[in-house]
Amino acid sequence: MFSSFMINAWTEATIVAVVAGVVGFFTVLRGSAFVAHAVPNGSFAGAAGASLLGINTIVGLGVFALLGAFGIGVLGRRGRHDVVTALALVFMLGLGALFVSMSVENAPEIYSLLFGEVLGISSNELGPTVALAVVCIAVVVVVYRPLMLSSVLAEAGEARGVSSFRMEMCFLTVVALATTMTVPVVGTLLIFSLMIGAPAAARSFTDRPVHAIVLSVAIALATVWSAIAISYTTNYPVGFFVGTIGALSFALGRGWAAWRRSRTTRRRAPASELGAAGT
Amino acid sequence: MSHFLTPVFEPGFFESTTVHVAALVGAAVALVAAAVGLFTVMRGQSFAGEALGDIGTTGGSGAFLIGVGPLWGFVAISIVAAAAMEMIGIQRPRGRDLATGIVLGAALGLAALFLYLDATYRNTTGATVTILFGSIFTIAGSTTPVIIVLSATALAIVAALYRPLLLSSVSTDLAAARGISVRLVGALYLLALAISVALASMTIGTILSTALLVGPAATALRLTRRPGAAMLAAAGIGIGATWLGIVLAYDSYDWPPVGHGWPVSFFVVTIVFVLYLLSGLPELWRTRRRRRVDRAIAGEPQLAGDG
Repeated sequence: MFSSFMINAWTEATIVAVVAGVVGFFTVLRGSAFVAHAVPNGSFAGAAGASLLGINTIVGLGVFALLGAFGIGVLGRRGRHDVVTALALVFMLGLGALFVSMSVENAPEIYSLLFGEVLGISSNELGPTVALAVVCIAVVVVVYRPLMLSSVLAEAGEARGVSSFRMEMCFLTVVALATTMTVPVVGTLLIFSLMIGAPAAARSFTDRPVHAIVLSVAIALATVWSAIAISYTTNYPVGFFVGTIGALSFALGRGWAAWRRSRTTRRRAPASELGAAGT
Repeated sequence: MSHFLTPVFEPGFFESTTVHVAALVGAAVALVAAAVGLFTVMRGQSFAGEALGDIGTTGGSGAFLIGVGPLWGFVAISIVAAAAMEMIGIQRPRGRDLATGIVLGAALGLAALFLYLDATYRNTTGATVTILFGSIFTIAGSTTPVIIVLSATALAIVAALYRPLLLSSVSTDLAAARGISVRLVGALYLLALAISVALASMTIGTILSTALLVGPAATALRLTRRPGAAMLAAAGIGIGATWLGIVLAYDSYDWPPVGHGWPVSFFVVTIVFVLYLLSGLPELWRTRRRRRVDRAIAGEPQLAGDG
């Protein structure tokens, strides 16, 4: 399990989990689950286009992820956000369908783009991933306070001179960068469960942002590591375990939150059932 | 006249049975999508609509694995997924998307497993592409009756719920004050959405299903505020886009690379997207002009920081 060719997989997956944990925290906080699904999924078209033109897949992914994110951000100012996201996504996927129909790409390649191929990572793919991960985390650290303010209380942020449009664009850029680095590793479909499951679970355990981010990274790491370990021993796809463990950790978090809530309600109002009914 | 139209309609277009079925099924799906999609857009549930289509992949690949017709896999998994989203039960719009996301993530994980097993035990990887992208030109005529029955069910739910659904989509509080069970209406609506999306994504692919669900309805809602009129407009836009897409895809056999048609979904999605963008122009123009007028009246530069 820790033989030399697996070392790349472990390193790569660890970096991906850290970035997904951090970026995912803001995704969940901002309620941007749809964007976190649409950008990676749509950028698949970029990869298909790149392989059609014979250029590096990462370049295609990056270009489409950024274009998609900016498109959603700009159009979202004037339209309903979810509608714009959906239409941008289907437009990119439509282009993807066109590229796929034109190229002689075979189905297994598409499968690996969609569901990832963490066990097949080569060491020269490690460089770009590390670079993009560092940029991602750096951007988050730099805009941490305004981004936090604008995610929780957009109006208060505006009043203090934090443009929520600019913060939205910052956030979308980070999502696009994270997408570019993670899609070749875990696939367009599964980066999503990593970016949603772990942070959503973390938020059920703590209300403090920094604690939640750390916990979210920890859960993401635990998810990825155990997924790879189980996948290595059972031979079933990594994606299945990532998706399942992500959903399970969310369920655990919700269960924990419900249990704690019921305990505090009981302690506060032992005679009344008002608290329990008002959920 | 027919001579004049030859460049548009390639020879054999009107005789082709494939085209007939595609045009008919496409129109039916667009019609249902318009009726259901209007509420999807009003309620801000585009993500659920898109996710249920993606989740259909799980059902399709699972059904393929156990050798059942894909239709039942699509419908069953969508209903299960909709129930799961409802049971997570967060009603705030932000949280609702989170619930959708969790269910989607778990379902996609399952899809990865099913597709892997399909490829391992049934020796086919082509299933991935077919299930994900679908094609309006490969609809089996035999499933048409079932599709019609299920579409009618989805339409019937929306029709029966029309007034309470409309009220609770516009204002939850007002609906609750009127004694409407917002939760129940929402759950039933999600059921209708699940059925119609499952059908659409099975027949015309997930991409087109989402495009037809969200695009025409959102465009129509920008053109008119009246729900009835918007529904008609959405149906018109949806059917028009589908038919135009089919014509263009049929024509594209002569485009480069020759002998290889461009996908219908590409054309339909592009048409829908462009129409949506165009429908935003009048509003954009109005606000621009209003701002200019405001500035002229105020006679002074705007305060800094409004960008």
